[in-house]
Amino acid sequence: MFREIRPAIVLLLVLTAITGLAYPLAMTAIAEALFPVQAQGSLIGKDGKVVGSALIGQEFKDDKYFHGRPSATSAPDPSESTKTVPAPYNAANSGGSNLGPTSKALADRLKEDVDKLKAENPNADVPVDLVTTSASGLDPNISPEAAQFQVPRVAKARNLPEEAVKQLVAANTEGRLLGLLGEPRVNVLALNLALDRAAAK
Amino acid sequence: MTMIGWFQIILFCVVIVALTKPLGWYMTRVFGGERTFLSPLLRPIEAGIYRISGVDERREQHWLTYTIAVLLFHVGGFLVIYGVMRLQAALPFNPVGQGAVAEDLSFNTAMSFITNTNWQNYGGESTLSYLTQMVGLTHQNFLSAATGIALAMALIRGFSRASVRTVGNFWVDVTRCTLYVLLPICVVYTLFLVWQGMPQTLGDYVEATTLEGAKQTIAVGPVASQVAIKMLGTNGGGFFNANAAHPFENPTALSNFVQMLSIFTLGAALTNVFGRMVGNQRQGWAILSVMGVLFLAGVAVTYWAEANGTSTLQALGLTGGNMEGKEVRFGIVASSLFAVITTAASCGAVNAMHDSFTALGGMIPLINIELGEIIVGGVGAGMYGMLLFVILAIFVAGLMVGRTPEYVGKKIEAREVKMAMLAILVLPLMILGWTAVAVVYPAAVASMANAGPHGFTEVLYAYTSAAGNNGSAFAGLTGNTFFYNLTLASAMFVGRFFMIVPAMAIAGSLAAKKSIPPSLGTFPTTGGLFIGLVVGVILIIGGLTFFPALALGPIVEHLAMNAGNLF
Repeated sequence: MFREIRPAIVLLLVLTAITGLAYPLAMTAIAEALFPVQAQGSLIGKDGKVVGSALIGQEFKDDKYFHGRPSATSAPDPSESTKTVPAPYNAANSGGSNLGPTSKALADRLKEDVDKLKAENPNADVPVDLVTTSASGLDPNISPEAAQFQVPRVAKARNLPEEAVKQLVAANTEGRLLGLLGEPRVNVLALNLALDRAAAK
Repeated sequence: MTMIGWFQIILFCVVIVALTKPLGWYMTRVFGGERTFLSPLLRPIEAGIYRISGVDERREQHWLTYTIAVLLFHVGGFLVIYGVMRLQAALPFNPVGQGAVAEDLSFNTAMSFITNTNWQNYGGESTLSYLTQMVGLTHQNFLSAATGIALAMALIRGFSRASVRTVGNFWVDVTRCTLYVLLPICVVYTLFLVWQGMPQTLGDYVEATTLEGAKQTIAVGPVASQVAIKMLGTNGGGFFNANAAHPFENPTALSNFVQMLSIFTLGAALTNVFGRMVGNQRQGWAILSVMGVLFLAGVAVTYWAEANGTSTLQALGLTGGNMEGKEVRFGIVASSLFAVITTAASCGAVNAMHDSFTALGGMIPLINIELGEIIVGGVGAGMYGMLLFVILAIFVAGLMVGRTPEYVGKKIEAREVKMAMLAILVLPLMILGWTAVAVVYPAAVASMANAGPHGFTEVLYAYTSAAGNNGSAFAGLTGNTFFYNLTLASAMFVGRFFMIVPAMAIAGSLAAKKSIPPSLGTFPTTGGLFIGLVVGVILIIGGLTFFPALALGPIVEHLAMNAGNLF
């Protein structure tokens, strides 16, 4: 048994150095050289400032923007550090609602949100992803149906013809990879940036 | 359910089966000490490591020595993680300025990572420094995976050797596994993940000003290098709190597909390694078939349940399935498939919140773990877990016909069956025992996020996940309390080591036996009858043990949901 102690210590240290330091640090150097944009977090700049990441959703409340999905992320309560307060799209503390299928809190929240959306657009079915929270709370996407659903509101708020907004949605819709993997989706931040550019013209 | 959904599932299965044989061939060579195409590059490093650590690679170990080496290695790994977590505030690579992690949380996390559980009571981006993520977590992701594979190799050698006292050398197995199997794949895999959009940086969190003028702090870090081994080694502990649901930890449908593949691929290949080493690859395919039958049954149920949605959603006219706690880019099918894969293997990464799954959809992950994670399973752990069930099944078959049971040329006798039973019974003891304690202890009950049967399921899932060394969670449960940190750690400890020691005892006793050639009376273990028998034994043992607990949790919740009850 005693002759196993030296390998236990030395091998552990050597393998820790290889897998815990050399490997991640080397990968960081290579990744930053080959894929500098992705390695930094796919950040989007506008007028010299970072407005967000192409992969991370952000909160939109204004009528003139497309809205993302509800987000269940939270942040520490400033007045009492042991508690948390809702902080949608907090990209420093990801997480979901974790409400189960028979949760009354979830049923109440869904009903309230569905009623609100029905009032906003009575002519279309409410898309399920627009009232359910995502797993990360940072979902950058909505379904194409959820984007179409919001077209009348956005067009009205911006005084644009609905057709023009619809075209922007279509241009920002991504399909399945090779027609097979994943789901069709719209990146909300990209769509809203395109919308701002269109309005500026 | 849609056609395109099923195509995604079938494509996944096809790729896994296609990878099994070449990877099995490669791994057999690696653990046999033969030359591979990477030898010119890695052999000098390997030899250097043996020299400075005093390992004689030609000296093999008795099963007991091998087990002691495993345990010593775990103790060391534990101390490294615990130390780094407690001291991270004073150590480098901490641009965000994370403080020291609390004692009980450090204890829980260290236990969690050395046992390949990777239960997340910590919230990655809000608690851990980059150094902790790298030296604490990334390194142990490699080593606990390598240890699992080494143990499986030892047990396989028990079957494939005859009349010898040794089962291999642990230090050599771990080093070869890390250098020749895990690291090369991870280097390529990391670059793929970064290309797909995963961050890999040591810079500080990014401050962004959103289009509406709000401030958003975006957590980044050396994510990709950790995620690669987290998936490949079926570890599953996330860089971020939301794990593989976080867009930075799983940016695209393609990254998701490859992550799912990487959970299963080494575990599936080990069945082929087994077949090759016992001299008949069909023995390996038979075991993979047992896994496949159970896997597809689970996928079908979860996919159906999630696509169906909940009665709450249906009442509001919301179609498209249960999207609460799921990401749009994955949708229903890739979320359901991921959930079944991650719990069939002992991975525990999640790309959707299991807590928000429908009652039946969430029950399948629970059952997968309770069956012992033998459906492909954790790298190594799944293979030795499955071989324990095979021993039992062979024993049952022997009882039916009144012959001494034998498997791949080895007589299965009282010692093997006793050890297999010990390993299999430890799981329900930890799962049901601790759940029973938690549901009558008020401070533990207060941690439940959901009321009614769902709250019970949260607790049951936590101990199931811990004892099964899975690491996924019904994450609503507030696990970062003194009670849960300690009891979950104990479940992880027992769930890991009370499997390892009996499995190694079996390895030792099998290796010492003579090999007997098959005769007319030998029960063939490559055909449909054998596959059916093993599936039956697994389901009967699992069913008898866990059905009552499941009836109190997901089953009653499903019935309550259909009756329109909310809690």
